[in-house]
Amino acid sequence: MKKRILAVFLAAAALACSLSACGGATTQTTAPSDETTPSSGAPHANELNVGIAQDLDDSLDPYQMTAAGTREVMFNVFEGLVKPDSSGNYVNAVASDVSISEDGLTYVFTLRDNVVFHNGAACTPDDVLYSFETCAATSVNSAVVEALSAVASMTVEGDTLTMVLSAPNSDFLSYVASVYIVPAGYTEQATQPVGTGPFKFVSRSVQENIILEKHDEYYGEPAHLDKVTYKIYEDNTALFTALDAGALDLVAHLTIDQVNNLSNGYQVLEGTMNLVQAIYLNNAVEPFTDERVRQALCYAVDVDALMDFTAEGHGTKVGSSMYPAFTKYFDESLADAYPHDVEKAKELLAEAGYENGLSFTITVPSNYQPHVDAATVLVEQLSAAGVNAEIQLVDWNTWVSDVYGGRNFQATVVGFDSSTLNASGLLARWVSDNAKNMINYNNPDYDAAYAAAQSTVDDAEQTAYYKECLKILSDTAANVYLQDLADFVALHPDLKGYEFYPIYVIDMSKLYFDTAA
Amino acid sequence: MKYAAKKFLTLIITLFIVSLLAFLAFQIIPGDPTTKLLGTEATEEARAELRAELGLDRPIPVRYWDWLTSFLRGDFGESYSYHMPVSEMLGEKLVITFCLTILSFAITIVLSIPLGILAGSVRSGWLDGLVTAVDQVVMSVPAFFIGILSCFLFGIVLRIFTPGDFISYTQDWGAFLGYLILPALSIAIPRIAMTVKMLRSAIIQELGKDYVRTARSRGGDRGGILRRHVLKNALIPVITFLAVSAAEIMTGTIIIEQVFTIPGVGRLLLSSISNRDFPVVQAIVVIMAAWIVLVNFAADLLYQLVDPRLRLR
Repeated sequence: MKKRILAVFLAAAALACSLSACGGATTQTTAPSDETTPSSGAPHANELNVGIAQDLDDSLDPYQMTAAGTREVMFNVFEGLVKPDSSGNYVNAVASDVSISEDGLTYVFTLRDNVVFHNGAACTPDDVLYSFETCAATSVNSAVVEALSAVASMTVEGDTLTMVLSAPNSDFLSYVASVYIVPAGYTEQATQPVGTGPFKFVSRSVQENIILEKHDEYYGEPAHLDKVTYKIYEDNTALFTALDAGALDLVAHLTIDQVNNLSNGYQVLEGTMNLVQAIYLNNAVEPFTDERVRQALCYAVDVDALMDFTAEGHGTKVGSSMYPAFTKYFDESLADAYPHDVEKAKELLAEAGYENGLSFTITVPSNYQPHVDAATVLVEQLSAAGVNAEIQLVDWNTWVSDVYGGRNFQATVVGFDSSTLNASGLLARWVSDNAKNMINYNNPDYDAAYAAAQSTVDDAEQTAYYKECLKILSDTAANVYLQDLADFVALHPDLKGYEFYPIYVIDMSKLYFDTAA
Repeated sequence: MKYAAKKFLTLIITLFIVSLLAFLAFQIIPGDPTTKLLGTEATEEARAELRAELGLDRPIPVRYWDWLTSFLRGDFGESYSYHMPVSEMLGEKLVITFCLTILSFAITIVLSIPLGILAGSVRSGWLDGLVTAVDQVVMSVPAFFIGILSCFLFGIVLRIFTPGDFISYTQDWGAFLGYLILPALSIAIPRIAMTVKMLRSAIIQELGKDYVRTARSRGGDRGGILRRHVLKNALIPVITFLAVSAAEIMTGTIIIEQVFTIPGVGRLLLSSISNRDFPVVQAIVVIMAAWIVLVNFAADLLYQLVDPRLRLR
């Protein structure tokens, strides 16, 4: 008896030893064979498991959603009169036709007659009116509210909706697209959303999953998949291991390291994140009140080296407040406006009176690993030019209240996207009196160029003004512009139809399993 | 009876102080819930309006009093983030975390007591040295590290476990408990080592006492003495330790739930703190504090059961 207990004990001790011995081995990547492709098995059920890195922990109400991750999922549930397609154009959705008058003031939408909400009710012009009114009154996006406030009159006649604006706004359709159409009088949107999209919302389990199912009465091309389950993995390692083990069919926003370690034969697609990552500088505090100091920092950082170091060269240099998906406005030449030149940086700093070096703090939200990584590399690059930058990590809520709201910071590394699906979503904030002008940028030329772009109805003219805005931001080194991050998506080998959008969404209705492959 | 009443009073006072401290901590940390709810693009007016709607514009004592009175009435409030009643949200999470705690505690007891007795009664120089050394090493490895290692070993190398592929008990109890084994072990392993060490030294200490020699001289066999006399005495300090363990396992789940992405109370607590989802945090903190106080209370009662000398009249 005693002997047997001893044996058990020794076995337990040996197990404990082997567990602690593993400590030294974690850095070795024991990559299992690459042949373990899950596609060899039976055809995949017509259901998709998607891994997402954050919970949908805000309101699901279309006008109250704030998190990019929430909007990414709910894009499949809600639609506006028009909606963006993968090339950034607006296509008809709840409206079957849109016509805009010559002067850009009158918009006439023809409503489809076969649109059915997820709760089975038919979509009527009243629902559309209700949606616009509710959105204008309650939306958390001040830019949308402002755009809708310019609607002087809204009238319904049969199945046509006519809107008259008090001033032309060439971005108006993009705001119309963000007014999701909901059933009038329905009050449970925050927890049980109902829309008109190709998928309907089924359930949300806090920190576990969100389930969508195909909307059978969808008016347009129906979704191929019957069911989409978004599984929440707030820990990156767990998300990756679940993906690698084949428990997930699709995961977006992966890092290059994760892609390199992926061993299950999944396809990997590369796109861009559609954001402008930069060292945003508070132009109203020392030492960044001096344009030469800001330019010196631009010369001191080496964006190519940064991308090499953090993403093996993936990513796109931006050079100003525009990302490449907006092909119309993106100006490639600005990306190289400040080539890496440490001597030039030192010279400019000396001119500005900082010949003995310069110290400042970079505040970084700790929940965004790419920004933390970038900041770490940048600190090293800056030190070569005698600039002593120190990283201060804060949680997201603190960042929003202190840095974004309170503008109490020197420099910060984050990425800005366009929450309104148009160029002004990126550019409006740098107008000197804009409430969201976090960096206190104040440049009369910029204000004038932006105002001119807003007031014109001529597309070419507007594009020229926007490009002028971008040039001014670059010339005055408003910020140290870095890159649009690479976005990697891993997919089940049989999964087809994935499309990158110029905004932060994944369109599930286009995805299908090609079992013949 | 009087004793129980006294303990109960302590419980109430402790919970009151804990809830007050948690409430005050929320006043000190920067940021407020409207950031999460309205995002970065909302106007200041909308923010102020929401603050008023949530009652955040009222003085601190009034808000605390309001929370306390509704809490006592069983109304935990509504989550700011999820727009759901907190009690509805917590139900499933509590079951998950309690299952994990109890499983881990059970593993600790089932493994540590036999191992401890064995370690205490075996007399052999080299084996003793080995046991002490292994014990010391295992004891000092933090649970989360064992968790990460086991994810790596069983998940990536051996591929017999999918980290993150959690299945709730609402769907399948078997798969649910199966998923919890590794996390429960991760918390239990250092605890087992500590308990073994305690039990071992307690047994060795007791074995050197006079009553053991007396019993031996009367012809009692070694095993019988160990079972009948030594163990009873040696278990007393271990019970205290296990009681503390039960409380610490509960708090240990907070970290291990992150490692294994188990959607339990711990993960909800952390995300609610960063979202400044005050009603949720407050409810979880009070429940966890209540658990710790209750476990200690249970340990007190257990002592008296094991050791009649401690019984209060």
